[in-house]
Amino acid sequence: MDIINTLFPLGWQHYLLGGLTIGAGVALLYLFNGWVGGMSSVFSSSWSFVSKRAFFQQARFVSTRNWRLVYALGVVLGALVWRYALAGGEAQHTSVPAWQLLVGGFLVGYGARLGNGCTSGHGICGLGSLQLPSLGAVLTFMATAFMTANLMAMATKGLA
Amino acid sequence: MNPHTLTFPKALVTLLAGALFGFGLSLATMVQPEVVIGFLQFKDWGLMLVMGGAAGLAMLAYKGFPRWFSRPLLGGQFLTQPASWNRQTVIGSAIFGIGWGLSGVCPGPAIAALGTGNTDILWALGGIVLGALTHGLTTRD
Repeated sequence: MDIINTLFPLGWQHYLLGGLTIGAGVALLYLFNGWVGGMSSVFSSSWSFVSKRAFFQQARFVSTRNWRLVYALGVVLGALVWRYALAGGEAQHTSVPAWQLLVGGFLVGYGARLGNGCTSGHGICGLGSLQLPSLGAVLTFMATAFMTANLMAMATKGLA
Repeated sequence: MNPHTLTFPKALVTLLAGALFGFGLSLATMVQPEVVIGFLQFKDWGLMLVMGGAAGLAMLAYKGFPRWFSRPLLGGQFLTQPASWNRQTVIGSAIFGIGWGLSGVCPGPAIAALGTGNTDILWALGGIVLGALTHGLTTRD
């Protein structure tokens, strides 16, 4: 059992259960509606409400923008239910500095749209439909994310 | 008919599917950037279970449902979203990973933060919105 404690110092059940719940949402969307529910497309498709630019007016964004927005609203509701049902209703906080969140977020938004998918689009839906390009994408972003997070840890340690 | 047409029953299912997604992300603590960064620093392997569990169920759905049903239960068709392997996929994914490693936030958790009340993460959500805009504005039509 030691190896489990080493790999998962915070426990493992909530990870597996959470992952299965996410998968159930993705499966439900496919079973009833036939749609593939990655998350990052909503950030391009929603701009089609505002920008007349041909890029945003592509059929793949305009035809899916309504359901993608409803899907995102569902994510907010699900997180809200968790907060009041299991987290005592308290608002969450993070100690990651604002500049890291802003700059990191910008790169996440730009990169996910350029690479046509994020942790859910490539990681869950792409791997789930056994697509090799998605496996390549996952390995690529895992590699640069591991590097960045460890470089940041070293830099912070160096300053302290 | 457009297979993406959002009827009222489909909207309800979409809302529920999103809610399961957001609840699962929260339950798995993926909405906490510290946990994601901890995984990326090899301190905790939980994220593998989250992605594995979710992708495993998704695989059953994507492979099974089209075999067992001729069409989705609320009509339309079982759509696919083929991924392609090219320069953009590699460069985009590499940039995405740098941002993910820096912030500990990816698109799903950034949206979920609106529900968990984590206003700090609005910085990341704003960044993602601007990043997606920049991508669209700088891509040739």
